[in-house]
Amino acid sequence: MGMTLAEKIIASAAGVELVRPGDIHTVELDLLMSNDGTTHLTIDMYRKLAQPRIADVSKLVWIVDHNMPCDSVKTAASHKKMRDFAREHGITFYEGKGVCHQIMMEEHVRPGQLIFGADSHTCAYGALGAFGTGVGCTDYLYAMVTGKSWVLVPESLRFDLKGRLRPGVTARDLILTIIGRIGANGANYKAMEFAGEGLKSLTMSDRIAICNLCVEAGAKTAVMEADEVAQAYLAQRGRTPKAIFHSDEDAVYAGVYEVDLDSIVPVVAKPHFVDQVVPAEECRGIRIDEAFLGSCNNGRIEDLRAAAAILRGRKVAERVRFLVVPASAQVFRQAMEEGLMKVFLEAGAIVMNANCSVCWGSCQGVIGEGETLISTGTRNFKGRAGHPNSYVYLASSETVTASAILGHIALASDLPPMEE
Amino acid sequence: MKETFTARVWTLGDDIDTDIVIPTEYLAMKTIQDMAPYAFSPLRPELAGQIRPGDVIVAGKNFGCGSSREQAPEVIKALGIRCVIAGSFARIFFRNAINNGLLLIECPALREAVEEGEEISVEVGSAIVCNGVRYPVAALPDNLLEIVSAGGLVKAMRRRNGLE
Amino acid sequence: MAATMIEKLLRRNTGVETAKAGDIVTANVDRVMIHDIFIPFVKDKFEEMGFTRLWDPDKVVLIYDHLVPASQLDDPRHHRIGDAFADKYGPIHVHRSDGICHQLMTEAGYVKPGDVVFGTDSHTTTYGCVGAFSSGIGYTEMASILGTGKLWVRVPETIRVIVDGTLPPNVSSKDIILRLIGDLTAAGASYCALEFSGSTVEEMTVASRMTMANMAIEAGAKCALFTPDEKTADYCGVALTEEMTALRGDEEAHYIRTIRYQADQLVPVMACPSQVDQIRPVAELEGREIDQVFIGSCTNGRLEDLMAAAAVLKGKKVAPFVKLIVTPASRKVYLDALENGTLDILAGAGAVITHPGCGLCCGRTGGILTDGERVVATNNRNFLGRMGTSKVEIYLASPASAAAAAAAGKIVLPPAF
Repeated sequence: MGMTLAEKIIASAAGVELVRPGDIHTVELDLLMSNDGTTHLTIDMYRKLAQPRIADVSKLVWIVDHNMPCDSVKTAASHKKMRDFAREHGITFYEGKGVCHQIMMEEHVRPGQLIFGADSHTCAYGALGAFGTGVGCTDYLYAMVTGKSWVLVPESLRFDLKGRLRPGVTARDLILTIIGRIGANGANYKAMEFAGEGLKSLTMSDRIAICNLCVEAGAKTAVMEADEVAQAYLAQRGRTPKAIFHSDEDAVYAGVYEVDLDSIVPVVAKPHFVDQVVPAEECRGIRIDEAFLGSCNNGRIEDLRAAAAILRGRKVAERVRFLVVPASAQVFRQAMEEGLMKVFLEAGAIVMNANCSVCWGSCQGVIGEGETLISTGTRNFKGRAGHPNSYVYLASSETVTASAILGHIALASDLPPMEE
Repeated sequence: MKETFTARVWTLGDDIDTDIVIPTEYLAMKTIQDMAPYAFSPLRPELAGQIRPGDVIVAGKNFGCGSSREQAPEVIKALGIRCVIAGSFARIFFRNAINNGLLLIECPALREAVEEGEEISVEVGSAIVCNGVRYPVAALPDNLLEIVSAGGLVKAMRRRNGLE
Repeated sequence: MAATMIEKLLRRNTGVETAKAGDIVTANVDRVMIHDIFIPFVKDKFEEMGFTRLWDPDKVVLIYDHLVPASQLDDPRHHRIGDAFADKYGPIHVHRSDGICHQLMTEAGYVKPGDVVFGTDSHTTTYGCVGAFSSGIGYTEMASILGTGKLWVRVPETIRVIVDGTLPPNVSSKDIILRLIGDLTAAGASYCALEFSGSTVEEMTVASRMTMANMAIEAGAKCALFTPDEKTADYCGVALTEEMTALRGDEEAHYIRTIRYQADQLVPVMACPSQVDQIRPVAELEGREIDQVFIGSCTNGRLEDLMAAAAVLKGKKVAPFVKLIVTPASRKVYLDALENGTLDILAGAGAVITHPGCGLCCGRTGGILTDGERVVATNNRNFLGRMGTSKVEIYLASPASAAAAAAAGKIVLPPAF
């Protein structure tokens, strides 16, 4: 009986031939990512240990991205703690370079790796054929001092993608549709594996968007085989795979879903849960105060290009704040070079440095009481983007941009043609 | 109208800027009362809680320098400070205080003569008495007295608009 | 009758031909600026005063800059109140995310030479760079102007500042104004006008003059004034008239003080913690390690400032574990700096580039620091607690000095290109 892709990565990390769902294995971890959301807590716990030491400092990657630039004295203190510790121990450290998951994809993740991140959206790394999963501080600390951890082998769900997304429909619409279908706990503790002919037509940016959001269905991780597209992405950045695994023909899945890409339409997740997914058409006309293009989910160059293509020659609605926040400093520079920043600025958008921004909701564009945000961020929980009494709709880059122009939720196809 | 009162003194130094009086962080709070507990917090976080209505502040030169934030005189008033006596005042703060009916008195010699916690006697427009010594002070110019006697600029404008 | 520049300007504005320093006159206001922190208070006072309409909506400019992007939950409330105010009493001019108020007032053409302008911000002195009388006021007085179009002012005494000669390559107008504030002290120009002249000032761009006018308040000044010239007219998009060039202090006018500087003898300086008048030469501060650099604000966030920083940082990287935060002063500055490659150099060096706004200068977000940290910044205030805790050390500097510190990770003299 064969193994799934997720099972193979765990088996490799555990140094065993075979793993089965439900087994608990001690695994060797390849990378340990942590950001400014919780690293200061990890440091506090580390210092309380009897004889603290870091097992392998080369595995650690620490990233300041949630509150960047820093927005309060409290955060400033935790940033300093993190910076000083990283400096003292020689930990790879990024500050102001972008959202942690995007930096990890650009600089660190390799196919076949098992990675812990002290952030729930670590499952994004599956887009490169790695097993990434979010952990809390205690798990992180144990892995930091031992280089190891234990993993409960998850059951896998397989999503067979067929066909092709139609023009105007994005990977974001696809994953939101899937989450809407299986529910916010539809993949609890499970690995979501994406495969099939349809996968080949999806870019790396699409794949990252898909894997990244799987935690919103409760998944432990999301994985995709590192095919030619993934390997080309890796090669471009001068990295090589650790190992490329394939799911066996006779692997066992807890569920198999067939998804016809041609049937996907632009969708919106309504307040206050990610699985409250409806066709975007049903929300058409809902007035918005703010629109957000960015985050580890949809802040890549492809997203910015799509938004700029819609925005070129148009203006953001007068009283709408349209926040454009590239996911990384690399994306920022690329967007400058391609002239996209000019398009955003001329249209009246607010262009921020690469950071988590309003997806994290603690600074840089928080929404006020009674306000409505349409966002490419990862979550629409109550109060996530600011005031407890506010509303967040999740949608694709295209839908968010069209809404920013019209001042209410709209599809790109709703925009009037531009005058010559 | 000759106003005389005695009051307990809180002392501060030279160049007390408006960021010290009320830091920018708290400026967007809904009311002046919300902000008042943070008054003087960069310099003396405990001070706002210690001030009692009727107390006075005695400071050095250039009190209120910095920004135009009118919350500065307003929080001082909200804490119950009867008047601010300083070596000199920065001009925007001076205007803002007058417009809000916060009494300001220039008296350069007093700061060196008084200790925090002591009581002084204030004869408005004439003198301050501290430890038995009289320090003469000037009266306000006429145009400012008009605003103060109207009860501040808002009341003066209400009168102009036929509302009082 | 010989007169200072401010006397001439206020005589023309008020029609009181004899107005002189010390007199109280009623000025006719040409333009007002209100920013987002104060709009709720202005609105309340305006209505409490019993006004029902603005004296002239076209003269009212409302700018959202201190709270953009919103960083605290109550911030968007200020923008909603501002929008409602504009709806009720407008049409007024509203800028919702275009940059810092003082930059926009001059850049977008709201202020012309000879105008009288008030703003709810102490750095309103900035518009003296184009020969306008402009000063900061509180929200109560702003409300009264909105209803009446007038404000009483005491004609200020004038301190004349004459700067002659050529500045050394690593010295900028920021170094001049810092030096002046150090010499005058923080209260040294209280209630006075600062009138700038001399060949150095004449040679300067309007942007450089703006830096100096902006910081006049840090010496307590009521306003700062530069005589309009061709550059001014060009910047303001108007034709230079005799009326404008006549805005010049007479040699025989009564100045309470005259301060002269020889530009070639000036050196790069910084204002040390925690007073703007604690000025020391950069050469004496060299070697102090830093944690962060901030380039931006209405003082030094313009194209020439970003270009000066880029010239220093070209081909270099920001020192490890040091953050460089760059906040262009306006949307236009951002676009111009994109266009001419300046931002590419800064981003390439590792700068974090934020949207135009007040950012770190107003201390609500944009790079707040904690105990024991040291920042070199191009803005206008280094007061205790201005950028975080009261144990943060803030050094105010020129863009070139700030950029040099970012590359070195410590305070160093900027290169003399």
